Amino acid sequence: MSEQTVALTIKDLRLDVAQTGHDIVDEITLNIERGKVLGLVGESGSGKTTVGLAVLGHARKGVAISAGSITIEGSNVLALDRKRLRQARGRLVSYVPQDPGTALNPALRIGGQVLEVLETHGFGADAAERQARVTEVFEEVKLPSAASFLRRYPHQLSGGQQQRVGLAMAFAARPAVIVLDEPTTGLDVTTQAHVLETIRNLAQQHGVAALYVTHDLAVVATLADEVAVMYAGRIVELAATADVFAKPAHPYTRYLVAAAPEMGSDRQLVGLGGRAPSPGQRPKGCAFAVRCELATDECRAEFPAVTNVNPNGSHEVRCFHAFGVPERTVPRATASITSSGTDDAALALRNVTASYTGVAVVHDVSFDIARGECVALVGESGSGKSTLSRSIGGLHREWQGEISLDGESLARSSRDRPVQQRLAIQYVFQNPYSSLHPRRPIAESIGRPLAIAGVDKREIRREVDRMLERVSLSASYGSHFPDQLSGGERQRVAIARALVSKPKVLICDEVTSALDVLVQAATIELLVDLQNELGLAMLFVTHNLPLVRSIAQRVAVMSDGAIVELGTAEDTLSNPQQDYTQRLLIDTPRIPDFESGQPA
Amino acid sequence: MGIFKLIIRRLLLGVATLFVVSIAVFLLTNVLGDPVKRMLGRGALPDVVTARRAELNLDEPIVNRYFTWLKGLLTGEPGVSYTNGTPVWELLSDRVKNSLFLMALSSAISIPLSLFIGGYTALRRDGWADRVMSNQLLVLAAMPEFVVGAFLTVIFATNIWHIVPAVSRIRPGESPWSDLDGMILPVATLVLAVTPHVGRTMRAAMIEVLESDYVEMARLKGLPERSVLWRHAFPNALGPTLQVIALNIAYLAGGVVIVESLFNFRGLGIALRDAIPEANAPVVQFIAMFIATIYVISNLMADLFTIIVTPRLRTRLQ
Amino acid sequence: MTYPVTVPVDDTIDETLDSAVATSQPGLMRSAWGLWRTRIGVALVVLLVGIAIVGPWVAPYGASEFVGTANMRDVPGTWLGTDYFGQDVWSRFLHGGRSILFLATVSTLIGFLFGSAIGLIAAYNRGRIDDVLMRFMDVILAFPQLLLALVALTTVGPKPWLIISIVGFTTIPRIARITRGAAVPVVERDFVAAAEALGESRFRIITRELLPNVIGPLLVEANLRLTYAIGIIAGLGFLGFATERNAADWGLMVQENRVALSVQPWGTVLPAIAIALLTVGTGLISDGLSRTVAGIDRGRPDS
Repeated sequence: MSEQTVALTIKDLRLDVAQTGHDIVDEITLNIERGKVLGLVGESGSGKTTVGLAVLGHARKGVAISAGSITIEGSNVLALDRKRLRQARGRLVSYVPQDPGTALNPALRIGGQVLEVLETHGFGADAAERQARVTEVFEEVKLPSAASFLRRYPHQLSGGQQQRVGLAMAFAARPAVIVLDEPTTGLDVTTQAHVLETIRNLAQQHGVAALYVTHDLAVVATLADEVAVMYAGRIVELAATADVFAKPAHPYTRYLVAAAPEMGSDRQLVGLGGRAPSPGQRPKGCAFAVRCELATDECRAEFPAVTNVNPNGSHEVRCFHAFGVPERTVPRATASITSSGTDDAALALRNVTASYTGVAVVHDVSFDIARGECVALVGESGSGKSTLSRSIGGLHREWQGEISLDGESLARSSRDRPVQQRLAIQYVFQNPYSSLHPRRPIAESIGRPLAIAGVDKREIRREVDRMLERVSLSASYGSHFPDQLSGGERQRVAIARALVSKPKVLICDEVTSALDVLVQAATIELLVDLQNELGLAMLFVTHNLPLVRSIAQRVAVMSDGAIVELGTAEDTLSNPQQDYTQRLLIDTPRIPDFESGQPA
Repeated sequence: MGIFKLIIRRLLLGVATLFVVSIAVFLLTNVLGDPVKRMLGRGALPDVVTARRAELNLDEPIVNRYFTWLKGLLTGEPGVSYTNGTPVWELLSDRVKNSLFLMALSSAISIPLSLFIGGYTALRRDGWADRVMSNQLLVLAAMPEFVVGAFLTVIFATNIWHIVPAVSRIRPGESPWSDLDGMILPVATLVLAVTPHVGRTMRAAMIEVLESDYVEMARLKGLPERSVLWRHAFPNALGPTLQVIALNIAYLAGGVVIVESLFNFRGLGIALRDAIPEANAPVVQFIAMFIATIYVISNLMADLFTIIVTPRLRTRLQ
Repeated sequence: MTYPVTVPVDDTIDETLDSAVATSQPGLMRSAWGLWRTRIGVALVVLLVGIAIVGPWVAPYGASEFVGTANMRDVPGTWLGTDYFGQDVWSRFLHGGRSILFLATVSTLIGFLFGSAIGLIAAYNRGRIDDVLMRFMDVILAFPQLLLALVALTTVGPKPWLIISIVGFTTIPRIARITRGAAVPVVERDFVAAAEALGESRFRIITRELLPNVIGPLLVEANLRLTYAIGIIAGLGFLGFATERNAADWGLMVQENRVALSVQPWGTVLPAIAIALLTVGTGLISDGLSRTVAGIDRGRPDS
């Protein structure tokens, strides 16, 4: 890569916790060429957003940029004075926020919010030229550019449109570098696919270097030219995208790839215990060593320097055991999720129609779930999948039709169902941060279903301890409060609470969507094991198609309140019959098979 | 078009509230006691009493009297005083002007002041100026206004310094302009009563806005700080503050009773204080409705301004 | 948000974590106590409550005992001289706090109990019950508090039960609104849905799931209401409507003696200071609590 083509150079960047001086990120060095996209991948807390903001010379409250240089078109962003820095932001380097819903000013019209970037930086010769550029950039990001649309306020747009306004603001003044911070989080796959395509095209057309910050490996695989993997505030691997996915050198990258769900196989996902150390708790040696199966004394003593492991190009890695293969990441043929289901249905839905304040959102849905079987219910947001699952759980009361458990018809509301039925159908919620009572020790939360069933206190305690062990949390966790637990641990507690009363049916509502990929994999592993062990009938609600084959035998695809396709997971995902399913599959980003030499 | 519908709905709601309040006021003032007995004393002859009752229309059924009163109120003839037969409006028009002047002056000073203090302390958050001012506001917000007024009197009008008059001396028929010196302490007291609440609300709202993603985004777009504050932050902090301003103007309407009493200010408050023990129902009714109307109007204005500064509300109904 | 230094990184289990995690979260009260403002507030309140309770027993004279010429500062046998009626200022001050404190506390308690119950019921049930309850609260709010109190007190007379009823009654909608506002987002959280799925009763959900999670803002508001109740009751006393004529009452004392402020300031200043310190004390406690609940400042408690 030649000097002329490099648009962004980050060298030895370090940011600290301002008060303590502990490093949040350190030794960040990377280059991005014009027109190229670099994917900065890491789990939550790895410091990837911190790096992204630093490229604009910005650090959030309590964070300080303490060393390094960031060079864009010859000037070091970190050395600019206030005024120059202000002039650089939006003009030289721009930012696309994670959540446009909160990053667009609710009180200002969207056209004005784009226009002010141009006005501030004196773009163009006069007002007419700037106005023309606003219209042009709206067209570039595939938004309507009519004056009436420019006069809209953010709340009058859909999430996808809001994100396109974010892109328009970023591209408006034709910057050299763009930082995109998980810009497609919260968007439906179809919208996400379109936004990603827009980003790729604009970056190429205008020769913009893009730093794409994300936790989503599949997005990176489809979009980025290069990938940098971050762990505990350091880049541990940096190479061309195909190299990272085909020949991951760092064990952490291998774990990430092994944990990423794949649409085309029912390979068992591999999770990983432990967590990345926070700033101030990082060891002298490699921060990943405590979790790494390959770690040796050498790793614990010293953090390896950057080495290039590709003689024909650039593949940087910081590991003494590059290309070593940890035991757990060795691909296992298939998951042990073969259905032990018998023919009799544990849960049967017949002509279920549900509505919200009179408006029907679920239409005439019928299907069964057999004992020991897992059915995945997939669909985009607003498809009605949550309403349907809540109706089964007795949380949503506005429904008609019949839902029966072991042949017995269920009342609409959980309160009208006998205790035995209530305990037989259990629910695990999407957000583990909201599903546990924050002021109650977790043992009490887990034991509550048993208390309702009238089990005596000593017995409850024994069962709770047993369940905690079963979900791989020690019994000592019982006295903890939810805010002392990580998201993954909380979700295990929620699973323990759901299973303590030995239910027949388990409903999992997007249970992994708030979790990082390694934690997601570990949670799926646990659910598969428990389902087989207890012979549960499971309804796994998700928008994440690649996840389906790793857990479910059958899949029901939902769109606009109706089930459009229902079949075995393998058939449906490899050979979808319905247009809707086909489109959904095309739009879902996936990690291509780089080894067979077919890039995205 | 939706916006007009919304305004009309709020307007009707305000009228409905006033209607409910008018019923309550009328009922309450009618249990105040028999004005005739008080006027004529215990030893009055029964037929004199009856004649007087007829004169005041007290012999009619209460429902009729209510509607007569309501009609009078709406047509600008809110009855005559029981104690001296003077029409209520003639009796109170001076005082209405005086009290309105007091409230208007206090609002005109305290609203900009509190917006400034709230905005400034939010910007200088955790700096020494913020700490000092925030603690001052906290202390002032807690104290009842007559206590604040009493301290002001001790400090500025009697014991320590003697630079402003301790009581107001507006004579009947004169405007408050004739005694601006005498206005200083009443206005200062009301300003000190209102500013802390509005100021604290503004500070909290501004801090929330300054920490928002869109303000961070505005900075990342390279906008000058002036534009970040005035264009992006301030309008969004104003919405929640407006509601509290309205509440405080309504509170002023009630608070004048105490402050006027403290400084012998010739306004509605003192008239109310004196009319209640005399069971002078028409006067009490008028003042009560006046205060309630100010309450309803200030809330209505706050709703309107909130709608204007909040596009989400403005466009929702379109 | 700043970099999540204290937020644990998502992940599975780790044995070594056990030791790192505290065994229990500190309570609201204990955290609030860590703030200086709370401590000062509590000290002030304890001082004034102490004076109000113990005062009448240690007062050298009776509340309405005549001890000398009116409005004199140097009267033998008295500390601070005599008031407008020739009574001992210091003794009247010692007698004058009880009624304010009693009335304010009881009326706030009433407002707190009914207000929080109404707020929680409205938040949990939503729909029509919510609409009806909150509209009713709005109507009460539209009625000027002081006016209602004045009219009622003149009609019936300055009876303690009436003051308590009126101040309590007008406090209800204010607490109800805050409670509802705090409870609505809690109702939408999944642990409430989890309790519903288990078929827990409405009463249990309101008292065990919702209440513990709004108790912070609720305490802040109750404390704030106590501050205002003290203010309004003292104000009624000041206007001469809260007590029998010539009763010992801090509010009334300010009224009685303010005419003679320049010759005998103590009769006005002493009760005014007492009311000020009491309200500032409760105000500081409110602020300490609300900082802890991360309400107004949203910042971390600083000491």
